[in-house]
Amino acid sequence: MKLVTAIIKPFTLDDVKAALEQVGVLGMTVSEVQGYGRQKGHTEVYRGAEYSVDFVPKVRVEVLVDDTLGDKVVEAVVEAARTGKIGDGKVWVTPVDTVVRVRTGERGTDAL
Amino acid sequence: MAAKEEESVEGNTAWLLTSAALVLLMTPGLAFFYGGMVRTKSVLNMLMMCFGAIAVVGVLWVIYGYSLTFGDDVTGGLFGDITQYLGLSGLIGNEDALTTTAFVAFQGMFAVITVALIAGAVADRVRFGAWLLFAGIWATIVYFPVAHWVFDFSNDSGHVGGWIANDLVAFDFAGGTAVHINAGAAALALAIVVGKRRGWPKEPMKPHNLPFVMLGAALLWFGWFGFNAGSALAANGLAGVAFINTFSATAAAIIGWLVIERLRDGHATSLGAASGVVAGLVAITPACAFVDTWGALLIGVLAGAFCALAVGLKYKLGYDDSLDVVGVHLVGGLWGTLAIGLFQTTYVNDTGVSGLFYGGGVTQLGKQAVGALAVLAYSFVLTLIIGYAIKATMGLRVSDEEEATGIDEAEHAESAYDFSTLRSGTSPISKAADALAGSKVPANASKEGVTP
Repeated sequence: MKLVTAIIKPFTLDDVKAALEQVGVLGMTVSEVQGYGRQKGHTEVYRGAEYSVDFVPKVRVEVLVDDTLGDKVVEAVVEAARTGKIGDGKVWVTPVDTVVRVRTGERGTDAL
Repeated sequence: MAAKEEESVEGNTAWLLTSAALVLLMTPGLAFFYGGMVRTKSVLNMLMMCFGAIAVVGVLWVIYGYSLTFGDDVTGGLFGDITQYLGLSGLIGNEDALTTTAFVAFQGMFAVITVALIAGAVADRVRFGAWLLFAGIWATIVYFPVAHWVFDFSNDSGHVGGWIANDLVAFDFAGGTAVHINAGAAALALAIVVGKRRGWPKEPMKPHNLPFVMLGAALLWFGWFGFNAGSALAANGLAGVAFINTFSATAAAIIGWLVIERLRDGHATSLGAASGVVAGLVAITPACAFVDTWGALLIGVLAGAFCALAVGLKYKLGYDDSLDVVGVHLVGGLWGTLAIGLFQTTYVNDTGVSGLFYGGGVTQLGKQAVGALAVLAYSFVLTLIIGYAIKATMGLRVSDEEEATGIDEAEHAESAYDFSTLRSGTSPISKAADALAGSKVPANASKEGVTP
């Protein structure tokens, strides 16, 4: 099994969610996060005093999938989250040893 | 141009009472103007400093403040007779004094807001008790005397007033000297005594709620119509002039501030617009019933520009006047007070004289400067003394740790905003923790009570 983690621009979340549903993903976890990559932050000015805001708001999407689905999911996210401008985010895949569904105790791919 | 219509005591009293209520509203307005500019962890303390000023100064005013300010002069124009109206004796219950009681109320609101203005200079870091003590002492030995100098006019029935109004004859219609220069100079002194906030100016301390700031500025503007037009002490044409100048100069000041910002920083900001409102209001305060439309517009637009430039000074000079009381109130107050000597015209108000630009020469400008500098120096020095005295005895500041955690929690045991479900009283985690700690929950707090 794989854990696909995507850091995306907040406004692309709806498109990413729709794309994931289209490739058969049944659930996901999203969280609001802050960070920066090459986009860096921005500058704000209050009464002439400049403040640099280093961290910009992003959304983190986490999806657990079967090994066979991994590449398709990555592709779907990348497609949906791309604007072509700096700061579109990152997607990465990590191997997962075990998954347990809390309600039933099912393990492995049955728990997805 | 002033009241040709027949004066009506009832009408004047009604307008004065209305104005008094408007001026009181300025202090809560100021609380939100300031409160929006501080960080989430200290907004309650800022609101409390303003409400605390209402509490302390309101009580002192009726006990002896009014008497010290408007009692017969006892020391060559410096102080009123504190015993004359002690507890408002001779005023309350005397029907002839109907308008006088309205005046007592109206002027009391001025004392309150002047003290509250100072709070902005020392946001986030002053112990609440020390602030209340400061408010009481400062009102007593700085505000009441200075208001006596500026606002207490001698009259035909034998009353002798203060020296700036009667001996020097510098003009100040509604409080450019007594309120704004006074509070601004005190703010500078107190910011120096209290010291910088931890981490200033390196750590970002940006405003947490700009809509509060805008709302506060709007309430200030609304209340300021009472402050300025009410200072005519009559429902007449002069009140109308003060009112319209308070409107137009302030509108111009928004433009002045935003133009400077756009040129210097690249953007016109909401904080700049709200600040421009206050800068314009401050500057037109002393001049509002002495200048014509062109004078008001020039005073306003330049006030916005001057104050927008002045708020940067604290970074160069290294004092943490946190919310720019000096840059806005001291600078705006000085400009407005001096501007009377430039733009004053007897066409508007025949009790005045003509300013420099209306053929009156520089004499009045000089008098305006003397009045302004006297108030500035008196307030600055006395505030330093009061500040150091409190610092040496009970202490002024919260501890470093309390300041870092937030003064709201340290001084008031409250937090302004509760967004996190993990920390709210309804979460199972905090309920369990409360139960373990044996915390007291009022019986009616929740039906479930504390269930571990």
